[in-house]
Amino acid sequence: MATSTLPERAPAPAPALPLQQRHVGDRVFRLLLTLAAVAVPVLLAFLVLELWLGSRAAIERFGFDFVTSSTWDPVAERFGALPLVVGTLVSSFLALLIAVPLSLGVAIFLTEFAPGWLRQPVAFLIELLAAIPSVVYGLWGIFVLVPFLLRWVFPVLQDWLGFLPFFQGTIYGPSMFSASVILAIMVMPYVMSVSREVLLAVPPSQREAALALGATRWEAVMTAVVPYARSGIVGAVILGLGRALGETMAVTMLIGNRHDISASLFAPGYTMAAAIANEFAEAVADIHLAALSYVALLLFLVTVVVNALARLLIWRVARGVEGGRGA
Amino acid sequence: MNRRIWRRTRSGLMVGLVGLAVVLALVPLGLILGHLLVKGAGSLDWAFFTRGPAPTGVEGGGVVHAIVGTLIIVGVASLMGLPVGIAAGIYCAEYPGTRLATATRFVADVMNGTPSIVVGVFAWTWIVAPQKHFSAFAGSVALAFLMVPMVLRTTEEMIKLVPHSLREAALALGYPRWRTSLAVVVRTTLPGIVTGSLLAVARIAGETAPLLFTALGSQFLSTRIDQPMAALPLVVFNYAIGPFEEWHRLAWATALVLILVVLVLSVAARIATRGRFTLRG
Repeated sequence: MATSTLPERAPAPAPALPLQQRHVGDRVFRLLLTLAAVAVPVLLAFLVLELWLGSRAAIERFGFDFVTSSTWDPVAERFGALPLVVGTLVSSFLALLIAVPLSLGVAIFLTEFAPGWLRQPVAFLIELLAAIPSVVYGLWGIFVLVPFLLRWVFPVLQDWLGFLPFFQGTIYGPSMFSASVILAIMVMPYVMSVSREVLLAVPPSQREAALALGATRWEAVMTAVVPYARSGIVGAVILGLGRALGETMAVTMLIGNRHDISASLFAPGYTMAAAIANEFAEAVADIHLAALSYVALLLFLVTVVVNALARLLIWRVARGVEGGRGA
Repeated sequence: MNRRIWRRTRSGLMVGLVGLAVVLALVPLGLILGHLLVKGAGSLDWAFFTRGPAPTGVEGGGVVHAIVGTLIIVGVASLMGLPVGIAAGIYCAEYPGTRLATATRFVADVMNGTPSIVVGVFAWTWIVAPQKHFSAFAGSVALAFLMVPMVLRTTEEMIKLVPHSLREAALALGYPRWRTSLAVVVRTTLPGIVTGSLLAVARIAGETAPLLFTALGSQFLSTRIDQPMAALPLVVFNYAIGPFEEWHRLAWATALVLILVVLVLSVAARIATRGRFTLRG
């Protein structure tokens, strides 16, 4: 801090405390703050440790086969998480497939084309979506979204794209597709607001140069603004992926909860988070609990990697503009 | 000539398309809020706020047990999470170059991305498993864990906005560093810190996943923190996936109450600092 450049003893009004005691105050203050700051990494380390201890029995028994086997039979005490892993990946990717074009469109519109008075209110409204609790999305999904999809969307998709294996077979209401749609709505505000921040960080000279060369407004955006912000936008998408992977309640309520891998997106599936949510409170066997903890540990590790990657990409773009603020 | 017209048209078309994306993105928000009002508002009567749940199959009943439960669980979580988060945030802002600050900041980002269900498993393994019974306290611990990184980052960001001259003026007047930090720096940013805390409270009040196997839920009005306790999000979940029409009606009403609490807290907090924050964590 800049304080080190200041004289140790200020000549102004007599300090209330002698210098010696002031140092004591400083030390106590710093000690208290340090304790809190140390507590944060310690807590996280503790979380990893507890998850590992909780899942040790399952790790020892199933090892890495856990993620390649697809039998999930609590009675026979055989556990394989492949359907959960696949379900998590499929629902998240499908959600991003829907959410990313929309969020990028909104972000581009708000930073490049919207009139000034419209920008803040619209951004605020979309971020409001992020404030709605997951369980409320689930409720709305069960009673409004799923009936709507069943009536208007799924049959049409099957008619048009029925030649693809993803859209064949019996149509279920609670299904991989329903869960992905609700996930898309939930992830959208995150992708939107981060890509908006990244686009705002693109220097104006960038678009002015393109416009001066005779580009139309859209061409300026696509040739000068978006490429400049590319890695930040990728970061925003990956951040959205991190959110989608760990999202629990709404997915649990809409995905149908079946330990099964099926090609059809209209069939019920399962995700890692949903399996934990559904089975943890009811699991009685120790090995069942350990298997679920193992799933939690894997989910945690995946989200850490995904989030770290996203931060790195976003930080690279932001750094270019803000000149490396912070440490 | 032709080419220029084509380029202009395409530009106009694409602008229209991204404008359409905005409309599409706003549709779900309108629909969700609209449905909550239409399906929930009619059930919000005196009994809803003053009675506990009716026996299964009987009409009526309320959610007073869940309202009290949420207040207690979130209150205890705030008592634990806010001081740690704020103090660690002050540390990161006041000693920004230290290795500890860098590590803490990084860890807070990791914690922010941790799925809340994983934190629930953590609280179960740590507290519920050794005690061999579900407890509201374990739920509070899980929620506090989620609060710490949110409050930490907002506190740090707010303190960074304090101009150096203010700090230097206090030091020049002979204030020791700790009093400069508390009486000048923290005090100037107090509204911002309060806002950040409110946002964190709003976010965890709606969390369901960490409570599923910690607070568990309960059919009775209970104030014992070492016992299972009901909470608004748990009620929404259990009633929504239940088989009875009556339960669905209560789920909508409860969800409306929940979202009013969350939105009032977040919007108030947001207006107070005029857009310095985003609603995401």
